[in-house]
Amino acid sequence: MNILEARNIVKDYTGHRALDDVSIEVPQGKVYGLLGPNGAGKTTLIRIINHITAPDSGEVIFDGHRLVQDDVRSIGYLPEERGLYKKMKVGEQALFFARLKGLDRAEAEKSLKEWFERLDIMSWWGKKVEELSKGMAQKVQFIITVLHRPKLLIFDEPFSGFDPINVQVLTREILRLKDEGATVIFSTHNMASVEELCDRISLINRSHNILTGDVDELRREFGKNKFTLEFDGTPDALRAALEASCTAVDIVEDVRRKHLAAEITLAADDARRAAIAAANAAVDLVEFKPKMMSMSDIFIKAVEQSNYPTPPEFPTHE
Amino acid sequence: MNNLYLIISREYLERVKRKSFIISTLLMPLLMLALMLAPTLIMVLSGPESKTIGVIDRSGLVAADLRDIDDLHFSQLPTVMSLDSAKTIEAFGGILEIGEDVVDYPSHISLYTKGAPSMQTETVITSQLEEALENRRLSRYDIPNLARILEDVKVDVHMSTFRIDTEETEATSSIVSYLIGMAMAMMLYMFIMIYGQMVMTSIIEEKNNRVLEIVVSSVRPNTLMFGKILGIGLVAVTQILIWGLLVCSFSKWIMPLIVSSMSSPDFDLLSAIGQLGDPAYVLMLFVWIMLFLIGGYMFYSSIYAAIGSAVDNIQDASQLTSIAIVPIILGFVFSMSVANDPNSGLAFWLSIIPFTSPMVMMARIPFGIPGWEIALSLVLLVISFLAMIWISAKIYRVGIFMYGKKPSLKDLIRWARYK
Repeated sequence: MNILEARNIVKDYTGHRALDDVSIEVPQGKVYGLLGPNGAGKTTLIRIINHITAPDSGEVIFDGHRLVQDDVRSIGYLPEERGLYKKMKVGEQALFFARLKGLDRAEAEKSLKEWFERLDIMSWWGKKVEELSKGMAQKVQFIITVLHRPKLLIFDEPFSGFDPINVQVLTREILRLKDEGATVIFSTHNMASVEELCDRISLINRSHNILTGDVDELRREFGKNKFTLEFDGTPDALRAALEASCTAVDIVEDVRRKHLAAEITLAADDARRAAIAAANAAVDLVEFKPKMMSMSDIFIKAVEQSNYPTPPEFPTHE
Repeated sequence: MNNLYLIISREYLERVKRKSFIISTLLMPLLMLALMLAPTLIMVLSGPESKTIGVIDRSGLVAADLRDIDDLHFSQLPTVMSLDSAKTIEAFGGILEIGEDVVDYPSHISLYTKGAPSMQTETVITSQLEEALENRRLSRYDIPNLARILEDVKVDVHMSTFRIDTEETEATSSIVSYLIGMAMAMMLYMFIMIYGQMVMTSIIEEKNNRVLEIVVSSVRPNTLMFGKILGIGLVAVTQILIWGLLVCSFSKWIMPLIVSSMSSPDFDLLSAIGQLGDPAYVLMLFVWIMLFLIGGYMFYSSIYAAIGSAVDNIQDASQLTSIAIVPIILGFVFSMSVANDPNSGLAFWLSIIPFTSPMVMMARIPFGIPGWEIALSLVLLVISFLAMIWISAKIYRVGIFMYGKKPSLKDLIRWARYK
């Protein structure tokens, strides 16, 4: 069962197509990653899902029906650019946003107090937002996002600006909400920050959805027949030895390693034994193991394979 | 609907609870009062300083008629005393020398003072001398019972003006109408300017703060814009109500005190008090102010809202705001000339066109203009503010997500055309 489906979304801004026929399906109760470089169109897609802007064509199905304004009460959204009313008191402000999401005053106050106590920030209640540090304000904002127990939580660049301890607190709380039945969408360009959390991902590049799948399956598929090995000896000897069994041998230059390293791609599924034997004969093999594909690796691969050109500047890590 | 209410109440309460609002609401009338009373106070305080004038009356005819007034004393010196020796007398603040043939040549009068003489000193002396010389000249004709005749012929004209083209039977003085009209036009000008810009800065702040995106993930952008305009409008209404109350209590309790304490109230002031002291009249003015204020505010604040949504910061807004500021200022400037000639064609049209009508109509209303003109003006104003809100909402919806470039009027028009 999918809680959210975006079907063939197209959105044009003047002189620029932000989304071109993008479709995603977010299964109920999963953590979904919307990954891609800055400017790929992730935020536009999220705004459409939040009913903030309307698509030029295509439709959004939420919980089995076409998305309508009232559905935003079932969505919690933490935007990338965060801000609160500076002059307003923390508690008052949280109440205001909770009531905008349809909670009545008493109900909102009760669950707000619970959250403030859980995150140990009860003492901030009467402070003005301008008196809080950036990290503190973000905690408040997180509470505002999740307070109304939304079925769908959307976090745009969730961990940017948080210190590691708060990242941990936040991750813990998000996973707890997921266990309670919420579906989570992470949107980020920093793939390393969420790849451990996501069950399923879509890679967005240049306004297109270039790859969708389960994280484990993608890893398996993209990592198929790829191995890394460490050795002592000369790269040329290794290359010569593996010529028959491998389609690619890349020497990894890494001064931090004691040994030389290489990434190889086998020519056939059953060529592993032959490759090990050949390598072992030519060089002093220290390690031979399947390559762990990171999301960034998969992204680069997917971009290469897709018809759309790679963006000139691709940030893999923050 | 519930969300609209939440937005309105937040905008309203956040502002009304601020100290600056409370202080300015209470201080402003005091400041106005001080400004009104200042000229009188200054006159009183800077009146003739205690001073004795030595008088050398070479004609020997008029010195006796000079009477001491307030702190100005006259001391008669021997008619033959030389000017130079009189000047050396320390006790005198000044020497008044009156020529021998002063009755025929009234220019033969000189005043020598230490430091510049105050205006009032001069006025007191010349008016007293004029009276004395007139009496001397009159007495040459040997008219019997002169004093009684003079007393009898003295008149002081007070003219009451009435309108014959309206139903009103009440007398209105045009100078009072003028003053009331100007005050009302000024008030509308101030309110529309201040509160319209408040809408704009508040939107820019939300956009800058990025709190906007959170709000619009809960409410429609239009709801947010209407809520903001209405909430801030309510603040303006609150302020006017408080001021209205203060003015009413002022005219009911304090005005009579001032009048009774004045030694010689002039007629215009009395008639102004007569009008302002009439609750029905004040109430009528008040209703018109409210209606045109609301209409004008809605019209201009939606323009300001569109501008605010389009820009990233106040600096970028300055060019676009001239779209709103120029007509508001023109409206105020024209209302001054309109108040001089409230029934001219210019006055009529300016008070009908929505851009200037709120201010100009305020200047015309105290003169008593036909009801249909006011009604027409109001209806047009309402239609145009509805249209303006509709256009602004379209611009706003697009503008709030536009960051990083300074939009031109052309951009705004293009955004308004988006479906």
